[in-house]
Amino acid sequence: MAGQPQREPKRPGTADPPMVRIALIAIALAFLALFLFIPVIAVFAEALQKGIGAYFAAIADPEARAAIRLTLMTAAIAVPLNVTFGIAASWAIARFDFPGKQTLLTLIDIPFSVSPVISGMLFVLLLGVRAPLGGFLAAHGIKVIFAEPGIVLATIFVTFPLAARELIPIMQAVGSEEEEAAIVLGAGGWQMFFRVTLPNVKWGLLYGLVLCNARAMGEFGAVSVVSGHIRGHTNTMPLYVEILYNDYQFAAAFAVSSLLTLLAIATLIAKRFLERRVVPAKQEQDNLAVKVAA
Amino acid sequence: MSIELRNIAKKFGDFVAVDNISLHIETGELVALLGLSGSGKTTLLRIIAGLETPDTGEVLFHGEDASAVSVRERKVGFVFQHYALFRHMTVFENVAFGLRVIPRRARPAEAAIARRVHELLKLVQLDFLADRYPSQLSGGQRQRVALARTLAVEPKVLLLDEPFGALDAKVRQELRRWLRRLHDEIKITSVFVTHDQEEALELANRIVVMNQGRIEQIGSAEEVYHHPANAFVYNFLGNVNLFHGRIENGRVFLGDTAVELENTHAHAHPETGKAILYVRPHLLEIVMKPNGKQTFPATVKSINPAGPQVKIELVAEWGDMVQVEIDHERYQALHLEPGANVFLRPKEQKLFVYSI
Repeated sequence: MAGQPQREPKRPGTADPPMVRIALIAIALAFLALFLFIPVIAVFAEALQKGIGAYFAAIADPEARAAIRLTLMTAAIAVPLNVTFGIAASWAIARFDFPGKQTLLTLIDIPFSVSPVISGMLFVLLLGVRAPLGGFLAAHGIKVIFAEPGIVLATIFVTFPLAARELIPIMQAVGSEEEEAAIVLGAGGWQMFFRVTLPNVKWGLLYGLVLCNARAMGEFGAVSVVSGHIRGHTNTMPLYVEILYNDYQFAAAFAVSSLLTLLAIATLIAKRFLERRVVPAKQEQDNLAVKVAA
Repeated sequence: MSIELRNIAKKFGDFVAVDNISLHIETGELVALLGLSGSGKTTLLRIIAGLETPDTGEVLFHGEDASAVSVRERKVGFVFQHYALFRHMTVFENVAFGLRVIPRRARPAEAAIARRVHELLKLVQLDFLADRYPSQLSGGQRQRVALARTLAVEPKVLLLDEPFGALDAKVRQELRRWLRRLHDEIKITSVFVTHDQEEALELANRIVVMNQGRIEQIGSAEEVYHHPANAFVYNFLGNVNLFHGRIENGRVFLGDTAVELENTHAHAHPETGKAILYVRPHLLEIVMKPNGKQTFPATVKSINPAGPQVKIELVAEWGDMVQVEIDHERYQALHLEPGANVFLRPKEQKLFVYSI
């Protein structure tokens, strides 16, 4: 096209127009800033408004320490149980055909589809002192509702689909051929599980574990119903934050919130790290495979 | 180790996968289970391995009932169609797996394991890939690793499920020859499943042709190819033209044309009935002039001269498509063009008659 003014360099046919790209990126960033960055910064700003001394004093408060301890203990019980259940359920669903398989799949999702408050109510109705089962336990000196066991139970209930939901599709995709190969080669059941099954699903399992941990530490609704809000005894961190906030102790409330936020951020970083390990490792191998084949 | 199957049957729901099969496999034999998908051949192989339990019947290894023997104690090697290599382990670790899971008391020392693994990797000519992961290998390499892994535990029986099914034609040829040599060397009783008749004919001492869960014929390549027991076997082994006709008072009719054919191998010969005539493409001759009742007219449709033989497609007078293969010399001499009217003379054919 001699004589015509120089046109700008040609855009490859696979790229979107620049305006579209800029607009999409801008929308995404604005959204993130509005709903994520600003609130997170606000949490830390509020937490530190009375100075760093007050921040640490709020965290060092015995009630705060009790809440932190209870939250960590709850997660420490709920997460391993969740992982155990997740492996068992996903194994059963991916490997065996049995009557009621679809029902089991649906049942696993119940804690997701039910409001957490109702989950909590369910335990109160079942295990409260006026319920037969709760009365029986109370008669034997076991207190579940308005005590730590209730909190742990409610947390287990609301988190239990997490690991299973991560693992089922992975187990189904991996298939059972490698496991059969292991057995034919002379491996026993446990050897097969630890040497073949588990390594094949380990990233999915860790990812489920991270999600479960985040939910276990942050759960509010279900735990709130069963806890009874006894300060220093049955308050988890999210419940303790609410109490402080309702008492107009904003700096202390945000200080504890900031700890929860830090836990959440640490969890997200762990998740990001895990994803990086899963995806590039696989891509790298695939690329190499292409090279070798060529 | 010899294998004996007695009246094995297996159903999946309503589907009969294996229907009362009995089979004896001698020590050191290389047997092919040949059939279409759904013919029950893979199920039968998995029953021999112990990966499936038959509904009825028994499996005997070396004359002893193996029904109660679990897979891991059967001492069988099983090679999967899609290799089933452990994706998170290197080639070395894959091959070493069977040795590492031996109970501690009987397990070889680390040095002995390493020696054995390298020995096996040399046998399959892949020692240089010991540190790679399965996803970094080509299909043919993966299958050879799978074989090495299986041989590591010194199985008494080698079972292969469509071992070359997922590979391209060239690699398949190569691996086939390699497996044949390997079998000649180590003389291990082997059973492989395939849907590829060429593979079965080339590789196996004996071929078991299966169809709908039953055995149609057992025999050497020579026997099943040249002396098929029934129409299914003939049809399945190699390309074949199939003409529906009828037989009246001993005379064969194709369409309205009565043909009197020499060299007809007929199975059961009632005087009257429906008949199916099978002729292999290379056993049909193209001639320009009719020759009494030994020929029938046809029209050339298309010609494919690529390959060792010229493949010609024709339409018979009564509408059936006919495939003919002739050599290039003959093709040159005939000056064939699409649309040409010619006559076909079967040189040898099989007649299967179904009496009504």
